[in-house]
Amino acid sequence: MTATTASRASRTARRPAPARNGGIRESAVSRTIAMAVMVVATLYFLTPIWWLLVASTKTRADFTTTAPLWFADFALFDNLAALFDYRNAVFLRWLANSALYAGVGALFATLIAAMAGYAIAKYSFRGRETLFNVILGGVLVPATALALPLFLLFSQIGATNTIWAVFLPSLVSPFGVYLSRIYAAASVPDEIIEAARIDGAGEVRTFFTVATRMMAPALVTIFLFQFVAIWNNFFLPLIMLRDESLFPVTLGLYVWNTQVSQIPDIRALVIIGSLLSIIPLIITFLGLQRFWQSGLASGGLK
Amino acid sequence: MAISSVARVGAMAALTALALTACSTGGTDAPGASGGDCAPSDGPVTLTFTSWLPGVEEAVAIWNEENPDIQVEVQTGPNGNGGTYQNFFNQLEAGNAPDLGQIEFDAMPNFRVQDGLENIAACEGILEAESQFVDWTWSQVTFGEEDAVYAIPQDTGPMAMFYRADLFEAAGIAVPTTWEEYEAAARQIREEGGYINNFSQSDINAFAGLVWQAGGEWFSNDADGWTVDMTVGESAQVAEYWQRMIEDDLVAKYPPWTDEWNAAYNSGELWTWVSAVWGANTIASGAPDTAGNWAVAPMPQWEAGASAAGNWGGSTTAVLKGSDHPYEAAQFALWLNTDADALTAMNRTANIYPATIEGADLPVFDEGVEFYGGQKIYEVFAEAGDNVDPDFTWGPTMTQVYNDVADGFSGVLAGNGTLLDALAAGQESTIAALEAASIPVKE
Repeated sequence: MTATTASRASRTARRPAPARNGGIRESAVSRTIAMAVMVVATLYFLTPIWWLLVASTKTRADFTTTAPLWFADFALFDNLAALFDYRNAVFLRWLANSALYAGVGALFATLIAAMAGYAIAKYSFRGRETLFNVILGGVLVPATALALPLFLLFSQIGATNTIWAVFLPSLVSPFGVYLSRIYAAASVPDEIIEAARIDGAGEVRTFFTVATRMMAPALVTIFLFQFVAIWNNFFLPLIMLRDESLFPVTLGLYVWNTQVSQIPDIRALVIIGSLLSIIPLIITFLGLQRFWQSGLASGGLK
Repeated sequence: MAISSVARVGAMAALTALALTACSTGGTDAPGASGGDCAPSDGPVTLTFTSWLPGVEEAVAIWNEENPDIQVEVQTGPNGNGGTYQNFFNQLEAGNAPDLGQIEFDAMPNFRVQDGLENIAACEGILEAESQFVDWTWSQVTFGEEDAVYAIPQDTGPMAMFYRADLFEAAGIAVPTTWEEYEAAARQIREEGGYINNFSQSDINAFAGLVWQAGGEWFSNDADGWTVDMTVGESAQVAEYWQRMIEDDLVAKYPPWTDEWNAAYNSGELWTWVSAVWGANTIASGAPDTAGNWAVAPMPQWEAGASAAGNWGGSTTAVLKGSDHPYEAAQFALWLNTDADALTAMNRTANIYPATIEGADLPVFDEGVEFYGGQKIYEVFAEAGDNVDPDFTWGPTMTQVYNDVADGFSGVLAGNGTLLDALAAGQESTIAALEAASIPVKE
C-alpha cells in the first residue's frame, strides 16, 4: 500500500503543475527535494517489511545470531511447514476467517454505503440533511469506542463469540456513505436517471444497472478502505471472540505473541504468520488500484 | 507490524479507560466470604474454561474422556494483561463469563475486590486439597480468609540464578551465593568486559520477586483497607542495591525480550539472569550458541547461609462469579492442577511448572537438561519453591502498578532519578488509582 501510494505520489510530483499557456516546469531543485523525501518515505515504510521478509526465512538460531536485515540459511519453507503444522493448521483457519470477514464484509458494506449515499444524493425527502449529518458524525466516532457497547448489546442477544459479532458491525461504513453521496452527486447526472425512468426502469434497476457503473471507482475505493479496516480490525474481535476457530488472523497472531515468554519457539511462527497476513492486503491493493486510479483521474477531469 | 502495534496502543488506552470506569462503578465493599453450599448439578453439564495456555486442550481432553457428564469447552485469548482480564470483567458485567478462567496470582486481588470470583471452599474436597500444594500458593488463593478458596493454584515461577558456568570458571570467579558476593563478582566481570546481568526496565514483576525474596511486601490489607509500602524496608534495600549496580555500570540496560537482549546473552556479554523456572526455555531459545555452558544455582541471599527465594509468575484456575455449576467447575479445576497426566500434558505444551508438591517429582523434572550441561536444574527450582515467603500480598491494581513503575524505571536507565524515586512515584499513582476505584487506602 505504501509503495503504491509513494510511487503514485512521485509520479504526480513529476507532472507539471497545471498552469495557463505553456506551463512552468518545476525547478530541478524542488524536484530533487521531492524525490529525496519520497525515497526516504519509501525506505521508512519498506524497511520493516524487508525485515519481516528476511526474518521469515531464518532458522530460530539464526534469527538471534545473524544480522537482522540480511539473509542467513534459507529456512522459509521449514518455517512455513511449522506454521501450517502448529495446532492443526489453525493459522490457515484464521486466514480464511479474515478473508471471510474482510471480503464478504467489505462487499456488503460497499453495497449498503452505495445505496445509502445514492439515495441521499438523488432523492429529496424530509430530514435528508439531518440524516446525512448524523451519518457524517459517525465518521468521527472511533470503532474502538464502540466495541464495548457492542459487546454488551451482543451479550443481550447471546450472540457474542459468534461470526455475527464481528461480521455485522463491519457492515457499516459512515465514510463510505459520505463518499458515495459526494460521488453520486458528481458523477451520476439527473438526466440519465430521468432517461432510465422514461425507458421504464424501476428505481432499483436504475440503481444497479446505471448508477453503480458510473459510481464504480468510488465503490472500489470504499471496498478497499473497508477491506483494510476489517482486515486490521483487532479490538472488536479481541472483545467478542473466545473460540480460537473464529479468530481473524490479527487476533490470532496477537494471542500467539503474548505467549512468546511461555513458549519462545512460537516467535518464529508469529513472524512468518505476520508476513503471510499482509500478503492478501498487498494483492487486493495491487489488483484494485487500476480501478482506483482511473477513478481519481476521471473525477479530477470534471 | 506497524499497524498492529498502533492497534495495540489504542487497545491498551481503551483497556485502561475501561478498567477505570469498571472500577469506579464496582463499589467498595467486596461481599462477605460466605462459603455457602456447593451442590452437584443434576444431569450432564458443559463448562466453559478460558485459558491462554497453549495446548491446554490436550489436558482437558483427558478429563472429557473420563467424565462424559461434565464436559469442558476450552476458550482462548491473549494472556491476562494482554486483554483476557478485561474480557473477564466485561463478561462478568454482561453476565456471560465463562465458568472457569485462568488468573495469575498477581491479578487475583483485582478480581476479588471486584467480586469476580466464586468461593469454592464448600465444594467437596477443596479445603482438603490444601496439603497438596506448595505452601505459599495456597495463601494466594484464600487471601487469608477463613473458609475461603477462590481458585486452585496452577503453576508457579520460583526464582533462581541462571549463570554461565564456563565463563565463571575460566575467569576464576566464584559463583556468588550472597548479593554482596554478586556485586563483587559484577565488578570482576566488568573488568572482563562483560556484565553480570541486565537490569530490566519493564519486568516489574521480576523486581517484585526480588523484593519478595528479601522479605519485603508492597501491599498489605486488613479490614480497614489497603496499605501501600513500596519505598520502605526491604523494598528500599533492593532498590538501593540495584541503583548502585546501575550507577556503577555493573549491569547492562537492554530492553528485555528484544533481539538485542537475546543477542547479549548469546554472545556471552551477559553472565547471569536471576529469573523464574520458565526462564530456562527463554535462554535456551534466545541464546542457542551458548548451549551446554549454563548452570542454575539458588538466588543470591541477603544473609549468608539463608535460602530465601522469590517467585515470578504463575497462575490459578478460578471459578468465576455467576457460574451455574460451581461444584463441577471446582472439581475440574482441582483435577486439572493435581492430576499427573494433566500436569504432564500442560508441561509438554506450555512449559508450566506445577504448583503441587508432587508436581515437582514428575518424571519430566527429574531429567538432566542438556542446555544446562546435563544439570538436573528443576531440583534447584523445587527447593526454591519451598522457600518462597507465603505472606506476600499483591495489590488490586497490579497492571497499573507495573505500567507506572516501568515508566519510572525506564527514566532511571535514561539517567533521570533513582529506582527509589520511581517506586515513590509508583506508590503515589497506585494510591490514586486505588482511591479512584473507591478501594479504601490507609495512610
